Amino acid sequence: MNRCLPCLLSAMLVLAACQREERETRPQSALGSGDQPAAVTALEPGGQRPTSSDNKAGVFEANAFHLSEGKRLFNWFNCSGCHANGGGGMGPALMDQKWLYGSSIESIHATIRDGRPNGMPSFRDTIPDDQIWELAAFVRALSGNAPSSAAPGRDDDMMPHPSENRLPDAATLGKSP
Amino acid sequence: MLGWTLLASFALTTAAVAQSTSSFAINPPAAAAPPDDGQWAMPAKNYASTRYSELAEITEDNVKNLQVAFTFSTGVNKGQEAAPLVVGNTMYIVTPFPNILYALDLTKPGAPMKWKFEPNPEPAAQGVACCDVVNRGAAFFEGRIYFNTLDGHTIAVDAATGKPVWNTHIGNINIGETITMAPLVVKGKVLVGNSGGEMGVRGWIKALDAGDGHVVWTAYNTGPDAEVLIGPDFKPHYDMDKGKDLGVTSWPPDAWKIGGGNVWGWISYDPDLNLIFHGTGNPGPWNPDLRPGDNKWTAGIFARDPDTGAAKWFYQWTPHDLHDYDGINEQVLLDMTWQGKPRKVLVRPERNGYVYLLDRTTGEVLSAVPFGPVNSSTGVDLKTGRLIVNPDKKTGTGKVVRDICPTASGLKDWQPSAFSPKTGLLYIPHNNLCMDEEGVDVNYIAGTPYVGMNVRMIPGPGGNRGAFTAWDVAAAKPAWSLKENFPVWSGAVATAGNVVFYGTMEGWFKAVSARTGELLWQFKTSSGIIGQPITYRGPDGHQYVAILSGVGGWAGAIVSGDLDPRDATAALGFVNVMKDLKDVTTPGGTLYVFRLP
Ligand code: HEC
Repeated sequence: MNRCLPCLLSAMLVLAACQREERETRPQSALGSGDQPAAVTALEPGGQRPTSSDNKAGVFEANAFHLSEGKRLFNWFNCSGCHANGGGGMGPALMDQKWLYGSSIESIHATIRDGRPNGMPSFRDTIPDDQIWELAAFVRALSGNAPSSAAPGRDDDMMPHPSENRLPDAATLGKSP
Repeated sequence: MLGWTLLASFALTTAAVAQSTSSFAINPPAAAAPPDDGQWAMPAKNYASTRYSELAEITEDNVKNLQVAFTFSTGVNKGQEAAPLVVGNTMYIVTPFPNILYALDLTKPGAPMKWKFEPNPEPAAQGVACCDVVNRGAAFFEGRIYFNTLDGHTIAVDAATGKPVWNTHIGNINIGETITMAPLVVKGKVLVGNSGGEMGVRGWIKALDAGDGHVVWTAYNTGPDAEVLIGPDFKPHYDMDKGKDLGVTSWPPDAWKIGGGNVWGWISYDPDLNLIFHGTGNPGPWNPDLRPGDNKWTAGIFARDPDTGAAKWFYQWTPHDLHDYDGINEQVLLDMTWQGKPRKVLVRPERNGYVYLLDRTTGEVLSAVPFGPVNSSTGVDLKTGRLIVNPDKKTGTGKVVRDICPTASGLKDWQPSAFSPKTGLLYIPHNNLCMDEEGVDVNYIAGTPYVGMNVRMIPGPGGNRGAFTAWDVAAAKPAWSLKENFPVWSGAVATAGNVVFYGTMEGWFKAVSARTGELLWQFKTSSGIIGQPITYRGPDGHQYVAILSGVGGWAGAIVSGDLDPRDATAALGFVNVMKDLKDVTTPGGTLYVFRLP
């Protein structure tokens, strides 16, 4: 045992890198399958209940392929028409630290799937569920909430801002931008 | 490059001198601009759209003494673009979404609220309004106030009681259709048009019966002649606008169905000719490669019969628009002598950068001269009527074109100018901005944006992002021009006291000399100003001036929508040039009314 500690370590590294590199190139095409609830508030009368994380969250959140797919879909489904490249327009900014409906990937997934009352459309019948997860993961990257090793590293179009892997965590910016 | 040369000479004329008092007489047609009764019953003051008041108690000499008479919070923190109305002893104001209509009693100290009417529009409408959730005002007609809501309703309210009389639903937010314009009431018909040029919404104008709200006619601005209401009476002046079903054939197959050409701006009316004049918005999507052709009848102007909607003539300011040059600005109706001949004209400071003088009986262009820096085109061919496009500034898929002037928001956007027959000058609030653009592919998904363009705006030559220019209509050249740090996104009002009012996005409400542009008085309001000033005679017989303060609109969306300045493309690229606006103003809608002590 333990004859090759470096081997083991590098094997672990490879495994970790695998998570980043994993490619689920054929996302499930079924529409709107995920229906888990996502709370929009931290207020819970009677004391906080444990939050359950959707098991898809982990699959999509730190994965470079899914994040880059999310970036592509963000234009493809006209998210960018309303939110620009994260700075906002018809819809609110998504690259800042202000969240109306929660910053967790589950909350963002629910936002995209079900819509929100003041003008966020519901994409439930337009975007397959796995692609909604990809979009949700990418939205988090806009405010610096994705590992820089996995977040998209380049802009193919006229540069709106530094690429997502270099965007700071909006929560630590200190003041409203 | 012509535009740049022009600009150079431009900057020098700033505020220095005046107006030669030549023997011109330029006046609005009497039928469209009756003698002033001291009221303000429609945003443009009269059918000729002069925004000129004959009141003269406030003068160049005493305006420095103006004081606040009363204020009123609209309770809405979005861009206040509306003009207050004053009819009898009551003032009416309509707010941005949620489009509350207030009536204030001018006979009592402090003008307390008489009533308010809340239409409760659909909150989801906020998501499909392209550039803040603005409303450009209401209109009064025979005892009722008429106004539009963001979610596509036209509503008639009893002016005395505030009770709704009728409510007609004419816009569908699920395809991205909203209404932001101020209606105009002509011959018992309420004229209303839709917004949505950024959402692939097909543009129309409707006439609703003022009595019961039923739709009398609908004219589309793209599609077959029958739906555009083009018939035997249609006599456009230029060959480029002649032909059958151009609203279909000047587009790729079916693209006209999602092609824009919306009516979100101003309408004027000439009772003598029995014609209304209205512009049409940009073609959609913005990326021109996706819609080869002239894209009729977008980015132009129609003259129509108000009774039937039948088109009389059309002129296209910007055929096959490359830069989002909507054609919806105000048209001021004037009668004047042009090159020795009396002419019925309309003057139009247009988004693409030119002040146009058109014969309003035929649609012939008499002159078209830039009023600021323009390099996206080099002029207008007066023989063919066609804008001469600069090939260097053509946009398209996959290429970034830099330093295009003016921007998508135009040398001048919706913000209406005012004309004084006393000076012969048109007072134009406007922008001085340029931009980089990159066309990209875009999918049409109903109810989402259909733009296909990345935009990044920058300040125009000289660095001042706005200007207030007095345009000598007879000479077709500027008399003077004032520089402003931010785009001048407010309207203007001119008075017989030779005082002109406008506001800035920092929040200054300014009075300048109508003759020289000299700053005579200014007052700092609580938020940036993008509204339309008005002036009226109060119940006490004295002259008052009113303005809504409250920043927002496309230019101010960075503040009213709390957008992130780190994204150069936010708010369709406008945020890049307004990064510092958050440092100088905050949102908040307040009415300010001023009078002499
Ligand atoms: C038609 C315009 C529009 C489109 C298209 C659009 N959004 Fe939105 N979005 C909005 C508006 C408006 C809101 C704010 C809703 C509210 O306040 O109730 C919003 C809210 C959100 C939020 C919540 C932000 C917060 O602070 O909690 C997220 C996340 C979001 N959108 C992501 C997306 C994604 C991803 C897409 C593309 C699939 C998209 N949006 C497409 C208009 C739009």
